[in-house]
Amino acid sequence: MSGHESTYVPKTGVEKWLDTRLPIVRFGADYMSLPTPKNLNYWYTFGAILTVCLMIQIITGIFLAMNYVPTTAGAFASVERIMRDVNGGWLLRYVHANGASMFFIAVYVHMLRGLYYGSYKAPREMIWILGCVIFFLMIATAFLGYVLPWGQMSYWGAEVITNLVGAIPLIGEPILIWLRGGPAIDNATLNRFFSLHYLLPFVIFGVVVLHLWALHTSGQNNPVGILIPKDREKKDMIPFHPYYTVKDGFALLLFMTMFAVFVFFMPNALGHADNYIPANPLQTPAHIVPEWYMLPFYAILRAVPDKFGGVLAMFGAIGVLFVLPWLDTSKVRSMRYRPTMRIFYIAFVINGLILGWCGGQLPDAPVIGNFSTFNLIDGDLNSFLWLTRFATLYYFAFFFVLLPFVGLKETPLRIPLSISEPVLRGPDAMSGAVPAQAEKKG
Amino acid sequence: MAESVVTNEAHHGAPGGPEGEATRRDFIHIAASAAAVGAGVMVAWPLINSMNPAADTLALATIDFDVSKVMEGQQVVITWQGKPVFVRHRTAAEIQRVIADNNASDLKEPQTDQERTKVGHEPFLVVVGSCTHLGCIPTFGTGDFGGWFCPCHGSHYDASGRIRKGPAPLNLVVPPYEFTTDTSVRIG
Repeated sequence: MSGHESTYVPKTGVEKWLDTRLPIVRFGADYMSLPTPKNLNYWYTFGAILTVCLMIQIITGIFLAMNYVPTTAGAFASVERIMRDVNGGWLLRYVHANGASMFFIAVYVHMLRGLYYGSYKAPREMIWILGCVIFFLMIATAFLGYVLPWGQMSYWGAEVITNLVGAIPLIGEPILIWLRGGPAIDNATLNRFFSLHYLLPFVIFGVVVLHLWALHTSGQNNPVGILIPKDREKKDMIPFHPYYTVKDGFALLLFMTMFAVFVFFMPNALGHADNYIPANPLQTPAHIVPEWYMLPFYAILRAVPDKFGGVLAMFGAIGVLFVLPWLDTSKVRSMRYRPTMRIFYIAFVINGLILGWCGGQLPDAPVIGNFSTFNLIDGDLNSFLWLTRFATLYYFAFFFVLLPFVGLKETPLRIPLSISEPVLRGPDAMSGAVPAQAEKKG
Repeated sequence: MAESVVTNEAHHGAPGGPEGEATRRDFIHIAASAAAVGAGVMVAWPLINSMNPAADTLALATIDFDVSKVMEGQQVVITWQGKPVFVRHRTAAEIQRVIADNNASDLKEPQTDQERTKVGHEPFLVVVGSCTHLGCIPTFGTGDFGGWFCPCHGSHYDASGRIRKGPAPLNLVVPPYEFTTDTSVRIG
């Protein structure tokens, strides 16, 4: 991967022999010695955490697939067999199931970090877009995986989600039948979902390689959000290894501790109890909810009274992320120096949590207490239906109104000239001395 | 990369004609690209088509059912092509109500009750029992219109299976069926 000049010097005879034939050690060494801004905080450790999450899912997944039977007759029983009879099977299954939740916790933190520090802005648009591709593939993979145990939630989740495709005018119905391999969700559907659930993680892995390649080409962003000038590189950058390998490792340890608490003490806290009931095509559970990590998008789907409109809104909510770099008009990367936008950002995070909360509630249920206010169009104002609609409105307004217009209007704070400045001097200090220092050094 | 661009430019000025004019080499490019696209489609289609319903799935097309087993006011759920089908023996009061509602203004997909049943067998309503919104199974008796109510997103259907309220866009689907005898229906 390009981005910086090679500093690798082969020492042993074997290394020298190999380096002139296949410079794979050089590749690895250059990769690990990438010059990285020295002011990265703990929000920047989630990339490494996500890499480990992906590896955990792939490895536990491969071993689970050795005992899982992808047929409607055998699926549920085979998962119970993994729990009871396969050596340590309960551990593999709970790690894989909770691993998906951990993966999404980490990816949401990772994305919100990028949003706050402007990591999607030039020259890092490709990193962001590839990340969006990964996010979309993650949702697809997680959905396919959830279908495999063939419990009630598996079956009816598959029913509802594949029906989204059927909402497309004209071509929806043929695509729906093609996707299911028949008129209804059945063995053919489960069988192909297994195949695709196995395939997609490797596609994700491939896109992760591109994501890192883009990162190493355009360079790591940092909390100050400034590009580090060439002559400051020696002062403001440190090699990734050992400084950030150790920092990421420590953060990973803390994250894995939380992961372990879930796996060993409350493995079913994040799942839905109804998925311990075998799939029944003749009975829908009273209250279908997706996994927690899809609730905000599910809420957006339900906010729109029209079937196809809801589908468009839901995919639009993910699609808007792809064009985010072109919606933000501000020249300032980090929201640390954007006092107005920072408030709207915090509101955006809270709004996302509210959307998730709404997604788990019945639309007609009252939000506050048990009283009704007045009927607005098709529902009471004091209902999750209307709270969801307001939250959905803010979600889209953030991208289409706030980011483009606040960027033009707001007055940013003074931005430091180097990432050393806020540490070495107060924010009001003269910046004239900083280039002089670099001059002296260089 | 840069090298290949240079080579291409050199080729464009190759024998056959002056700069900017079509050459025989351009034709080779077009023909090769067209062949590659054609081959790609020919390879992709069998792969895509393999995911369409298989012969054994299509073979499960029809089933026979004896409606005399269904008492008045009762509903039997049978499976047809993996989907639930409601066979409902409606009471006289229910039929009266849905016929009175034939021209109701809140019908999203206007249909008379006669269009949804077979002549001479009006008490029997045969519909695919999955909500036309996102496919949940509605339950009978809890809705506002004396028919079905879908618990997932709150769609109300009347006793003719017509959508009256909620997010579902269409009436419950009447599958293709016919009475082969006085008491036996063939669905599909």
